[in-house]
This record gives sequence, structure tokens and C-alpha cells, in this order.
Amino acid sequence: MGNIDGGAFILGMSALGAGIAMIAGLGPGIGQGFAAGKGTEAVGRQPAAQGDITRTMLVGQAVAETTGIYSLFIAIILVFANPLIGKYIQYLEQIAK
Amino acid sequence: MYEIGCLYSIIFRKEATILDFYNHHLWPITIGGYEFWITTTIRNTWIIMGVLILFAIIIRWSISKFENIPKGFQNIVEAIVEIFYNFTTSTMGEKNKGFAPYYGTIFLFILFSNLSGLFGLRAPTADLATTLGLALITFFMVQYFGIRSKGIKGYMKGFFDPVPVFFPINLIGEIANPISLSFRLFGNILAGTMIMTLYYSIPFWPVKIVIPVALHGYFDVFSGVLQTFIFVMLSMTFVSGAIEE
Repeated sequence: MGNIDGGAFILGMSALGAGIAMIAGLGPGIGQGFAAGKGTEAVGRQPAAQGDITRTMLVGQAVAETTGIYSLFIAIILVFANPLIGKYIQYLEQIAK
Repeated sequence: MYEIGCLYSIIFRKEATILDFYNHHLWPITIGGYEFWITTTIRNTWIIMGVLILFAIIIRWSISKFENIPKGFQNIVEAIVEIFYNFTTSTMGEKNKGFAPYYGTIFLFILFSNLSGLFGLRAPTADLATTLGLALITFFMVQYFGIRSKGIKGYMKGFFDPVPVFFPINLIGEIANPISLSFRLFGNILAGTMIMTLYYSIPFWPVKIVIPVALHGYFDVFSGVLQTFIFVMLSMTFVSGAIEE
């Protein structure tokens, strides 16, 4: 493989990590779809309560989305505001002493 | 720069070479040897504050005396206020009616912030600082009203319910509340901002004619309104939970 520059390695691995972090987008997709299914089932059983059911369903789905948002946050930080490069530079300075 | 980038890409039909949804430092202010910057978020927050205050002043000037039987403009204003009061009492109970002015204010501020993407501003809630500030207000309200309604002993004892082993779990649950509140609002609005910026930088100009209406309709209008509703309702639920138990 030869010698890979340290900074390039960190950036490449961060990009890979950001991609892997977004696998967590699977969770809210399944969970919110399931909640939507239960919601439509409830509307089928009692069509008069559709307004209430829709509102409750939306609230529940927005709360269930939070873990997906956490993973999006990590991915955004790794791609746009990477803190690991700064730490690498500090580490290099420490070694140079 | 976000606003200029979008306009540039629409009007001049070139790809936006500025792919830019960042929060920029605009003007520096030096106070007592410490320099800090007015950022895009701060400037946009001032603009939204100006708009809300302008609405308030317009309402104050156009209704010089409130009639007992309202008609016309006063009717609309009273209807809006009544919506907020009903929302508060239906979530928190009749005796917590006094929270309605605070939650109405927060609702209006977050609503106008989220919708400011429609007017070309970078939403101030797309910055973790704004949403964390709002969530921390809720956090301190929960602690204060918990202590005030149950006393210090009752409040401390609440952490050891139902079983004393649960103390760390309850503690983490308390801290997770403002974190999840702030991140939910921040993540949703920032994701919308980023997607719209990426969309406007597509180098093919016919794509920007009518289709952005649907995208703005989802990311700005639907998502923005839903997220403010969720934020305010969750905040109300936390505070009323702290008062009750």
C-alpha cells in the first residue's frame, strides 16, 4: 500500500464513517412507517376521530425521528466541521517536541 | 451568502459556484478586549424580532380601544390569541393557563424562524445555538417548577422513583430532554436548508422554475410548522409533568 499521508487517511476514514453513520436512517424509516400503519388502522376503525389520530400520529413520528437526526448530526460534523484533523495536528506537534 | 447564492443561481441560470449554507461571521464587535462577531444567525434573529415587533405595533395602533363585542380586525387577533390559550389548556390543563403567553411567543418565534427560508433568509433555528438556547429555557423551567411545586425534598425524591437504583437513569433522562429537543429542531431545519442549497446548485436551469415550490412546501412549510408544534407541545408536556407528579 505504501505510505499514506496521515491527514489524508483521517479525512478518508471520516468520510467513510459519515457514510456508515447514516445507516441509522433505517430505524426511523421502519418505525415511522409502522406508526403510520397503526394510525391508518385506527382511522379505519373510527373514521370520525381522524383529526385527533392524525395529530397524535404526527407528534409520535416526530419524536421517533430523533435518533435519525442524531446520526445525521454526526455525519454532518464529520464531513463539514471535522474535529479529528485538529487533533491530528496537535498530536503531530506533540511528537515533534 | 446563502440568499445571494440562491438568487444568483436562479436569476443568472448558472450553477451556484457558492455552495454555501454556512453560518458566516459578518461584523466584528470588540468589547473590553474580547472580540466577538455578529454572525448570520444573530442578524437573521434581529430581522425576525423586527418583523414580530412590527406586527405587534401595527395591531396596537389599529385597535385603539378594545370593544366588548369584537368586530373586524380585533376579531382575528382575538381568534389567534384564543387558539394559543386553547392549545395551552388542552395540553397542560386548565390551571396552567398562565403559561399561554410564553408558549405563544415561543411558537411565533420558532414558526417565523422556520418559515424564513421561504424569504431567502438562512433560518436562525438552523444553528444549534438558537435551538439549544430555547431548549435550555425549557430545562430550567422544568427544574424550577418542579422544585417550586414539590419542594426540594419532594423534587430530590422524585429521582429515586420507582426504585432507588433508577437514580442514574432518571438523571440521564432529565439531561436527555433538552438535548433531544434542541437536536430535533436543529437537525430538521438544517437538513432542509442543506437540501435546498444543493437543489439550487443544479446546473440545469429549467429545474428551478416550478418544482422548488413543492420542495419549499415540504421542507419549509410542512416540516417547519410541524417542528414548531412538536417543540412547543413537548416543552409543555415536560413542564406540566414536573408540576403534577
